Amino acid sequence: MAAVGVNEIDRSVAMVTKAVSLADWLLIAPVALPILGGAALLMLNRRIAWHAPVTIAILVLMSLADLVLLYRVWTEGPLHMAMGSWLPPFGIVFAADTLGVLFATITAFTGLVCAVFATAEADATEYRYGYFTFYLLMLAGVTGAFLTGDIFNLYVWFEVLLISSFGLLALGSNPIQLDGTFKYAILNLIATTLFLVSVGILYGIAGTLNMADLALKARSGEMSGPLMTFGILMTVAFLMKAAAFPLNAWLPASYHVPRSSSSALFAALLTKVGIYALLRTLILLFPQLGEAFAPVLLVVANATMIIGALGLLASTDIRRMVGWAVISGIGVILVGPGLGESAALGGAIAYAMHSMIVMAGLYCLAGAMSWMAGGQSLQRMGGLALRSPALLLCGLGLMLATAGLPPFSGLWPKAILVEAALSDAAYTTVVIVLLNGLLTTIAFGRMFAFGFWKPAPAAPDEGAELALLSKKRLVPIAAVVVVSLAAGLYPEPWLAASHQAAAGLLNGATYIETVLPGG
Amino acid sequence: METALSVVVGLLFAAAIYLMLSLHTIRILLGVVLLGNAVNLLIFTAGRFRSEVPPIIAPDAYAPAGDVANPLPQALILTAIVISFSFFVFLLVLAYRAYQDLGTDDSDKMRLAEPVADDGPPKGY
Repeated sequence: MAAVGVNEIDRSVAMVTKAVSLADWLLIAPVALPILGGAALLMLNRRIAWHAPVTIAILVLMSLADLVLLYRVWTEGPLHMAMGSWLPPFGIVFAADTLGVLFATITAFTGLVCAVFATAEADATEYRYGYFTFYLLMLAGVTGAFLTGDIFNLYVWFEVLLISSFGLLALGSNPIQLDGTFKYAILNLIATTLFLVSVGILYGIAGTLNMADLALKARSGEMSGPLMTFGILMTVAFLMKAAAFPLNAWLPASYHVPRSSSSALFAALLTKVGIYALLRTLILLFPQLGEAFAPVLLVVANATMIIGALGLLASTDIRRMVGWAVISGIGVILVGPGLGESAALGGAIAYAMHSMIVMAGLYCLAGAMSWMAGGQSLQRMGGLALRSPALLLCGLGLMLATAGLPPFSGLWPKAILVEAALSDAAYTTVVIVLLNGLLTTIAFGRMFAFGFWKPAPAAPDEGAELALLSKKRLVPIAAVVVVSLAAGLYPEPWLAASHQAAAGLLNGATYIETVLPGG
Repeated sequence: METALSVVVGLLFAAAIYLMLSLHTIRILLGVVLLGNAVNLLIFTAGRFRSEVPPIIAPDAYAPAGDVANPLPQALILTAIVISFSFFVFLLVLAYRAYQDLGTDDSDKMRLAEPVADDGPPKGY
């Protein structure tokens, strides 16, 4: 009898025999909650009034879980949990280090902000087609990508967030959305397929997919074979996901087509997943590849900053403008892995955190502005200052934050990056970072002047109702501004957190030791 | 066996890239499908063909006794097949709707999201 035989085996060789403590289940809570919430919303298909409250409740729970997780990782070091009790490296593990949990926490926060904004925008049809289901599943995909410790599982989370983002983009089926979605879908699918190719090659080289095991093998020099081929494919795939310069064409073609709340969520999260995966693989897993690609990444960073700033200057549609701001922010973040040292990486992670929050706020701002003005073209905008002074203040704050001016959060990480570039004698990069800040200031100054200050163009027809800004639109934007201001005035905690995240990436020993005790 | 499959993977990749360079949406889609299959074969090849013996473990052991086939690539490919198939179905519907609504399957003429005649940024206040 098989059952008798099973009892004779020493299971501890291949499985985790100790029961997972209740506190450790927290590690999968930020992923499990939105998936359960998405399923619940599917069942509540006919009660659309429940969708928004359920989503917001789920997101609040997710934020709490992330915060507790962050506290535990901060005090106890990285955590891990093996799925199905299979001992790593054979089963799939979830592993949380400072970088992953920091990003996951900000994901939950921006998700909450954009969800509140979405309640003002989405209409009954979109609710019925499952706007918030896609929304929650996308957040599950993003958080899963941040917390997984297995590289094939990372690919699966990429696909989860990708298919949900297709849903969000195409929801509404306007011709412009179909056009944008098609380009976004094909190019992003090619990027993830490239990633899958590199995973296949990696499995052929290393025979394992567990990140800690991979890092261990890479450090001990056990891996032979075409590591460079794998590295190039993977770097291209992640740079494409992150919309870095020669691979950025899909972003300004698609990010302005859906609802502003969807755009805000995309801008905050999707490109940063690419950055995260790049940092994780090039710095933590394969430091030798990271060193080899650093000069390339620096060139890409410079080019991305230039093209982003020029795109900003050349646009007239405010929502497409914000798309270029996302690209230019990606350029600034890439300076970190381009320089490759601890201080620069810390600055890059801090800038990524700032960018996630502020880009979400910017898209919401652009959405609110174009909703009030009845169009997205700067040429036909104006007079918003008189109609909503509160939005004027929020807009000013967000634009200063994006340009990296004090007292908002963009300043400190940029200063750290410039300092690191100076000490590394990368003077071109210093000039380009500063130039990028200047051009961004000019472009957003123009958006501010034309949107808010300029007298309103031709008075609307007599008796025509002017759209008034509701609290549902204003509160999320204001929340972003307050967070950015607080982070700018009191930068110590989050800069310390990003430095710890950078140190964890560069060292890697603690991460490996957590997942594979005893090597 | 590995050599033959590697050649097949290479040919599939070449055909996929050729098709994806086309302007017409349906050809791009066929390219995407070929690419997905090429990758699946690549993972299968990367997993190496060790033996035709299935990895069955005796009831009183925790590891197989002899040389067995590697089951992991099959699990990976199964996941990838399901994902790529669902994506293909979504894209097919999307391409069809785009063709209906935009009246063209030429991706160069799909310019709604990025209009050619842009006003340009405002030049004076």
